[in-house]
Amino acid sequence: MIANCIKKIIIFVFLLSLLGCEANRWNSPYDTEKAQDPILFSSFSSKPKHLDPVVSYNANEWAILSQVVEPPLQYHYLKRPYTLEPLTLSKMPEVRFLDAQGQPLSEEDSHLAVFSEYIFRLKPNILFQPHPAFVKNDQGELSLGNLTETQLASIETMADFDQQSTRALTSEDYTYAIKRMALRQNHSPILGTMQQYIVGLKTFSETMSSKQPSVNELRAANIEGVEVDSELQWRIRIKGVYPQFIYWLSMNFFAPVPWEAELFFQQAGLKTKNISLDTYPVGTGAYQLVENNPNRQMRLVANPNYQHGFYPEDGLSDGADTALLTDAGKPLPFIKEVIYSLEKESVPLWNKFLQGYYDASGVSSDSFDQAISVSSGGSLSLTDEMQQKGIQFLNTIEPTIFYFGFNMADPVVGGYSEKQKKLRQAISIALNFEEYISIFMNGRGMAAQGPVPPGIFGYEADRINRWVYDWQPGRASRKLITEAKAMLAEAGYPDGRKPNGEPLVLYYDTAATGPDSKAQLNWYRKQFNQLGIELVIRATDYNRFQDKMRGAKAQLFSWGWNADYPDPENFLFLLDGEQTILKTSGAGINYANYDNPEFNRLFKQIKTMPNSPRRLTLVRQMIEIVQEDAPWAWGFYPKSLALYHRWYHNVWANPLANNTLKYKRIDAELRNQSQQYWNKPTLWPMILVVGLSFLLLWPLRLAYRKRQEAIIQPRDVD
Amino acid sequence: MLAYIVRRLLFAIPILIGVNLITFALFFMVNTPDDMARSQLGAKQTTPEMIASWKAEKGYDKPLFYNEKQPGLAKVSETLFVQESLKLFWFDFGQADDGRQISTDILERMGPSLAIALPTFVIGLVTNIAFALLIVLFRGSVLDTATMVVAVAIMSISGLFYIIAGQVLLSKLWHWVPISGYSDGWDAVKFMILPVLIGVFAGLGAGIRWYRSLFLEEMNKDYIRTARAKGLSDIKVLFGHVLQNGLLPILTGVVVVIPTLFMGSLIMESFFGIPGLGSYTIDAINAQDFGIVKAMVFLGSVLYIIGLILTDISYTYFDPRVRLS
Repeated sequence: MIANCIKKIIIFVFLLSLLGCEANRWNSPYDTEKAQDPILFSSFSSKPKHLDPVVSYNANEWAILSQVVEPPLQYHYLKRPYTLEPLTLSKMPEVRFLDAQGQPLSEEDSHLAVFSEYIFRLKPNILFQPHPAFVKNDQGELSLGNLTETQLASIETMADFDQQSTRALTSEDYTYAIKRMALRQNHSPILGTMQQYIVGLKTFSETMSSKQPSVNELRAANIEGVEVDSELQWRIRIKGVYPQFIYWLSMNFFAPVPWEAELFFQQAGLKTKNISLDTYPVGTGAYQLVENNPNRQMRLVANPNYQHGFYPEDGLSDGADTALLTDAGKPLPFIKEVIYSLEKESVPLWNKFLQGYYDASGVSSDSFDQAISVSSGGSLSLTDEMQQKGIQFLNTIEPTIFYFGFNMADPVVGGYSEKQKKLRQAISIALNFEEYISIFMNGRGMAAQGPVPPGIFGYEADRINRWVYDWQPGRASRKLITEAKAMLAEAGYPDGRKPNGEPLVLYYDTAATGPDSKAQLNWYRKQFNQLGIELVIRATDYNRFQDKMRGAKAQLFSWGWNADYPDPENFLFLLDGEQTILKTSGAGINYANYDNPEFNRLFKQIKTMPNSPRRLTLVRQMIEIVQEDAPWAWGFYPKSLALYHRWYHNVWANPLANNTLKYKRIDAELRNQSQQYWNKPTLWPMILVVGLSFLLLWPLRLAYRKRQEAIIQPRDVD
Repeated sequence: MLAYIVRRLLFAIPILIGVNLITFALFFMVNTPDDMARSQLGAKQTTPEMIASWKAEKGYDKPLFYNEKQPGLAKVSETLFVQESLKLFWFDFGQADDGRQISTDILERMGPSLAIALPTFVIGLVTNIAFALLIVLFRGSVLDTATMVVAVAIMSISGLFYIIAGQVLLSKLWHWVPISGYSDGWDAVKFMILPVLIGVFAGLGAGIRWYRSLFLEEMNKDYIRTARAKGLSDIKVLFGHVLQNGLLPILTGVVVVIPTLFMGSLIMESFFGIPGLGSYTIDAINAQDFGIVKAMVFLGSVLYIIGLILTDISYTYFDPRVRLS
């Protein structure tokens, strides 16, 4: 019997070892074939809500949408500072300045302009992705735009349409997109902003939104300031001079929408199957979205009609890896398919990255210590473990600011008198954001000196906030807390006490209510305690916090801003007096209610100026004004950290460009080898478990038998 | 029996209305329609006009329970509660705030949830019963004591620990199975092994203790003593008598759970990337998507009621003394 069992175990072990030889990647989440193809494997943690170009405005949506649709302009992949370049245009838009009668003005007289006109010239022969919306019958009519219920019954996904066709991109596709943006029922987030600038857009929006127009009615209607000159040329007229308008033209809101696609997706039977323009965008980009299952997987494949994109041949920044120009001039895209899998938790995502099943990864706080080592000087580098795996990393300061705000309308922390300024300056010194970055962000940030982050025109690394920092040789050094205390005394609060001797109590409103936030809130309390000020935390849910902010009811608060475009105007307008919550009844963006006439005057000037030395001087003055007034305790600019494997090429951080997938390249062979090497199954624990189970069961079996065979002995009776 | 089922289903209607009422009251106590609009439209560039337009399109511009502006019965019918609740009773869940069809999403997500929950449930049940029977067989022995200690230990450790430990050991270190993910058809099996294994193991402690106590109670009854006195082996007594008679209390706890298996498990599905229904409600609460929240609460209540009715029906099959009337 024992010999028989041993024989069975040997056979089992032999079979296991065979399995180990046959398929040495048991833990691969993909088909073995796919791992050998140049497919990029990536992940998403929250489902994209909207992929309709005029609606979508979230980063996770643009990560996919921007690969599919193409606005007229894009950011140069490699250049710094961020630079716009034509995407579907043959050249940058021509800008004309016009007077009230529509007559052109010279460049010198541009300040007199009543209108600015942007003329766009398309590259010829750009084709849309293959799509059933473009299929026509023999009579030249669209054949799949009006399917019967029976025909629709067999359709479950876009892949079920076996007929596809295409057509060339025309200027009407761009103007049609602007008309769609105007329809209020489409809820375009930039309609309110664009109505202020594009001539006739507001009237058009009011008229057409109430009509609920059909596709053909919308095509036939015209916006006064948007004109089609020819199949390849159109123009947009805006009110006044607004140089930042050009940045909006690199956003997906201005991407072309073929009217055939809208007609196709309007079929009710498709909507019930979650097939719509909001789930399957149609574009001319390097990729087409072929699978949109936000519950599981999103899949992009290369657009076979894409022929107008090439890898940049120049623009490499100083210090950047020259290998980034290896593919210079080559046609795009390199990666033929991209698979985004739903990954809600950071632990499995990180482990899959280490196993080679994801090509790139961010670094969560859980995995930070395993991936990154921070030197005493605060610089970041990869740990030995990561280096041995050949992992590389990119570390970039984002065009974003997280700030600590004072409500300038508050009688205690607000106001513009010297004493009130000193109170805010003292708090600004005490709030040691270098320490905050080190403790709570693993060093992934940079203490801010002003509202404009690095990479944006107007940021100057060598200009410090002299109210908070002193210039030590080679670096900015935060003023000592003793200086802050002295300022506080000058402000009328010696040792954090009011003139009547009562302690100064300030109130900090926050939406940070979770247990994870406790340490951060305690840190804030501690910083204020250094000055003797008592900080009371008023934590509420995010909705109530927003209500308070819109009602200017918060005394102290934290907020952030992510650049829409790389222009100082996009940050300085957060402090523009016209944008205060109080003046706009909660609709503005200046939550600090900062309203300095001199700053406002300068803002009006820089708003309509192109970048120039003069503009830089004015921006510098504005920054100095707000540094002194201190409506914000400047907070920090966050750093993004991305890790990627050695087989993933042309990786470069460009936070403002979203359509960068087309530049990336995968060495599938190297990936395949690495995956095989890293993921060989370890069999001994399996053998051990089976062996132990047998060892446990054996005595039980013996004991049971013994009990069954036992003979009951009668007790001796005395 | 039919009359009983119909009566139970009719009783379900006021229960479901009550559940809906509570859901409405709780949800709108925390989120106003303006908050919902802002959550959907984004914080940047959102104007009051856009918020008003969004609310009007979604029907959130109506009062919650009482519409003063309407005449007669419309004061009640032209409200958010009535408009949204009525549709639920014929399972018209409508659209989520992002425009996706909720019923399509639910149907799509039910499969993966079941793919994990059903094997975990069945294997867990069989394993728990098997272990419990084994311990009852060796009751009072060292094995019994040791197993109870281990069972309490298993129960005391958080399920999250098993998930992370399982992922680290079985996938990261030993490379046996994928750490997370999902696929269609037979390919799904390799993704199911780890969550099912962990699900079964995590439930082992409580399960063994519960079934052991049920079986021990049966073991002490007279008919078991009689069976043993007749010379039946312990195995035959356990499987032929103890298990059969112990089924009734097992059914009480088990059948009611079966319909709710469709609803999936939040933590399991999040950690293993299973595209099921487990996280659907939580994601919707975070996104302030009332359409999904009310649909899922309603569906959960319906499934629970079905579970209770099924439990009652199953009694009649396993216990001839019970008759439904």
